[in-house]
Amino acid sequence: MGTYITFPELFILLPLLGGIIAFFVSSGPAAKRMALFVSVLVWAIFVVALFYTDRTKYIAYNNVNYLWLKYLGSNYYVGLDAMGRMLVGLTATAFPLIFIATAKNNVSHPKSFYGLMLLSQAGLMGVFCAFDALTFYFFWELALIPVYFLCSKWGGEKRIQATFKFFVYTFVGSLLMLIGIIYVYLHTEPRTIEGGITAVHSFTVGSFYNVALTAMEQKWLFVLFFVAFAIKMPIFPFHTWQPDAYDQSPTPVTMIMSGIMVKMGLFGVVRWLIPVLPLATKQFASIAIILSIIGIVYASCLAMVQDNIKRLVAYSSIAHIGLMCASIFALNPTSVQGAMIQMFTHGINIIGLWIVVELIERQTGIKNISALGGLAQKAPTLTILLVIVAFANIALPLTNAFPGEFMMLSGLYEVKTWYAIAAGLGVILSAVYTLNMIQKVFYGHTNDLTQTVKDIAWNEKLALIIIVAFVFVLGIYPQLMIELTKESVAYLLTTMR
Amino acid sequence: MNSIILTAVWGVVMMLSGAFIRNKQTPKFLAIIGLSLISVLHIRELITKKSLIQVDVHNMVTFDYFNLTFIAIVLSCTLIYFLLSASEVEKVGPHVAEYFALIFFVLCGVSLAASFNTLLMLFIGIEIMSIPLYILTGSDKRNLKSNEAALKYFLMGAFSTGIMLLGIAFLYGGSPNASFFIDNLQIGGGRLSVLTALGLVFLLISISFKVSAAPFHFWTPDVYDGAPTVFTSFMSTIVKVAGFFAFIRLFQNAFGIVQDQWQSLIAFITVATLLIGNITAVFQQSVKRMLAYSSIAQAGFMLLAIFALNAKAKEGILLYAAAYSLATIGFFAILMKLEDYTIEGFNGLSKKQPVLAFAATVFLLSLTGIPLTAGFQSKFFMLMAAIENGHHLWLPIVAVLFAAVSAYYYFRVIQAMYFKEPSQADGHPIVATPLFKMVLLFTVLLILIIGVYPEILIGWMYR
Repeated sequence: MGTYITFPELFILLPLLGGIIAFFVSSGPAAKRMALFVSVLVWAIFVVALFYTDRTKYIAYNNVNYLWLKYLGSNYYVGLDAMGRMLVGLTATAFPLIFIATAKNNVSHPKSFYGLMLLSQAGLMGVFCAFDALTFYFFWELALIPVYFLCSKWGGEKRIQATFKFFVYTFVGSLLMLIGIIYVYLHTEPRTIEGGITAVHSFTVGSFYNVALTAMEQKWLFVLFFVAFAIKMPIFPFHTWQPDAYDQSPTPVTMIMSGIMVKMGLFGVVRWLIPVLPLATKQFASIAIILSIIGIVYASCLAMVQDNIKRLVAYSSIAHIGLMCASIFALNPTSVQGAMIQMFTHGINIIGLWIVVELIERQTGIKNISALGGLAQKAPTLTILLVIVAFANIALPLTNAFPGEFMMLSGLYEVKTWYAIAAGLGVILSAVYTLNMIQKVFYGHTNDLTQTVKDIAWNEKLALIIIVAFVFVLGIYPQLMIELTKESVAYLLTTMR
Repeated sequence: MNSIILTAVWGVVMMLSGAFIRNKQTPKFLAIIGLSLISVLHIRELITKKSLIQVDVHNMVTFDYFNLTFIAIVLSCTLIYFLLSASEVEKVGPHVAEYFALIFFVLCGVSLAASFNTLLMLFIGIEIMSIPLYILTGSDKRNLKSNEAALKYFLMGAFSTGIMLLGIAFLYGGSPNASFFIDNLQIGGGRLSVLTALGLVFLLISISFKVSAAPFHFWTPDVYDGAPTVFTSFMSTIVKVAGFFAFIRLFQNAFGIVQDQWQSLIAFITVATLLIGNITAVFQQSVKRMLAYSSIAQAGFMLLAIFALNAKAKEGILLYAAAYSLATIGFFAILMKLEDYTIEGFNGLSKKQPVLAFAATVFLLSLTGIPLTAGFQSKFFMLMAAIENGHHLWLPIVAVLFAAVSAYYYFRVIQAMYFKEPSQADGHPIVATPLFKMVLLFTVLLILIIGVYPEILIGWMYR
């Protein structure tokens, strides 16, 4: 416990306070400016925090642990470990990008909009920082509520149904997880606390990792936890909420959902599932991998036949997440490391894709691939930037997705050859649908709809250039990401022995 | 002890005030002042454990921190109910003072039913609680639905009273030392005798009736729908949780030792209650009726405490009493401000009355069980109790699936308030005084405080 305010607290509290204040500021533009300011501030603090990662020297800056509920044994315990830091970094980077890219959009009720956006950032930060299962569950749900309101209020035509479907799916998942958490909690080592009742169990991650559960208990607990995380990712067959939700949400929120929220599922698997239930993981890993691979192939096939550009990106996202999930469950050092890199890069790249999609939709009013064409003539800068991001989506060498996908596939290959072959099919198919989309939308002849399209404005250009910078820097020098996350990979694999 | 005597005395005062004071406003203030006074004295008793008035009760009622805390919760919730809805009581009919007097008598019954130590006191407590309710249900004398509801409630209530008395008689007969004291029934751990088993089942049925657990819930929707809304609010919250408190006290002290023999029965009742309450609520168009079914659904969750009967269950019932009562009382208070009780009546409320819409949203989120609200903590403790108990582990899973179903009908109201346009611009404007809004926001604050720090309530149990 430090006497100073720690980094994880800042990451959670700043957006939280900013979000609450945003509801009460004088005007809409002020709320917009404040949201941008807070998110950039959080990002700057994150960059500073990168210099204080040394576990031995700076532990007091990165961890905070208060007793929260005495009789329950729950602590408000937040901190940063390697993977948490990477995902906090993703959140901290994504929000300014989202705010910059959508700076010129005019939303109705901007105060509530930006307030809710910041609140969702606070929730996500909390999820990635929590080291106490109850704290984790709190933030897990709290990240959902602002997103629910954002989508239902500012989304497309069928937003209410689509969002509610999304909400119910994730709510069922998280309640099942809650039962799992309670069960594990009740089997943690009881300890005596002063002044009153004895035998208080604990929610901290350490006691969860040391819990003694029989193989049978682990099995059904695995199901409870896995369903919750699989819905969030989403993994086949729990994915049906996703295309509807992405299609109907306002683009900034879709960016949050596809860039960051889906990582909550992967994160949950790495921190709260595999180390807590190692026996069941060994047994069920192959099933999880097979489900993920089915998802990859299935979603890629669906993406190929989509005419709706938003749904195309949504399905492509399912395929990518499936590959990451399969690689984590492969429990091979290379593939897990690859998934760690890819969690970050996928989050950045997909925001780039959404920026373009949003631009097209806003300018032409449609999202059907077949009705578009010839955008390259009208918007050359946009096309160049998009093609780079799209290449990253296909994981071409020198783009940031390449090292990750390569490591994931080679790791899967080491585990079972056909896993890698089937998953590799997804990569090939992603080239098919992505290039097909570019060809139809950007090349060919212009038509009435695309005649009036203008090239991108400075704010979108700025956001896309930052993303392209990430694409190249991490593509050429992936070691940065590996250094940041290798500790978590090593730790995850030791828990399995 | 304070609460039993003082509520009864103040009830009489209220009743007499009706005879002398013709002013319609005065009873409201008298009631609020009286209840605040009683609450303060009760909380003093909770802190010092000394009652203002000492009466030798021959151990027929006992007070420990558990039931003192519960009564404190009930009194505080009733106080908030008065502050929010007392002006609605005035609109029901001309006999305002009598209505308040009856509510005070109900509170006296609640205190007795929470602290009974013998089966006789249980019976008296439950009856003192119920009889004023029959009158309150029918208090809207010119409304046919209200009359029907009162008659239905009274007939069904009379039946359940009979069954309860029969059960008590069987237990008395079956007890080896012919005792009414619940911890002295000497049931023993083995096979139950026929008389004891019959007594147990009859008591179970009659209390299930009082807390509207399925399959004894049939009176609930009609009675809650027919009664004047302001009394439905009181009935479906304070009285219901008091019924549960008596339930858990009876089963823990008298039948705890043979838990394995009746647990499956409770599990069945729980599932039936959750199923009927939640599924039927989904199809309701009237919000008032939806709340009636949702109160059955919430009762299903509270039954988990009876199912588990452990320390977590006791903590859980306290939290549930507070969380459920606060949220429902608050939501009813908002509902009463609207003309139209259908879901469409809520359309666009966020534009017309943002404070009311915000408060209603928090209440509904709390009823759904979203973290940061008291409703989450109460459901969390109930689930924890049921899982800790270790038997029938499918039950908590069924319970959470129904909790997800409940999201459907609670969120429909939220959707109407925030995402739908108001149906027509005219119609009656919604009048909400600043005081009303402040009390509403105070209730919201309480819900959030309990949601973040539940030990503010359950800590009282462990002093």
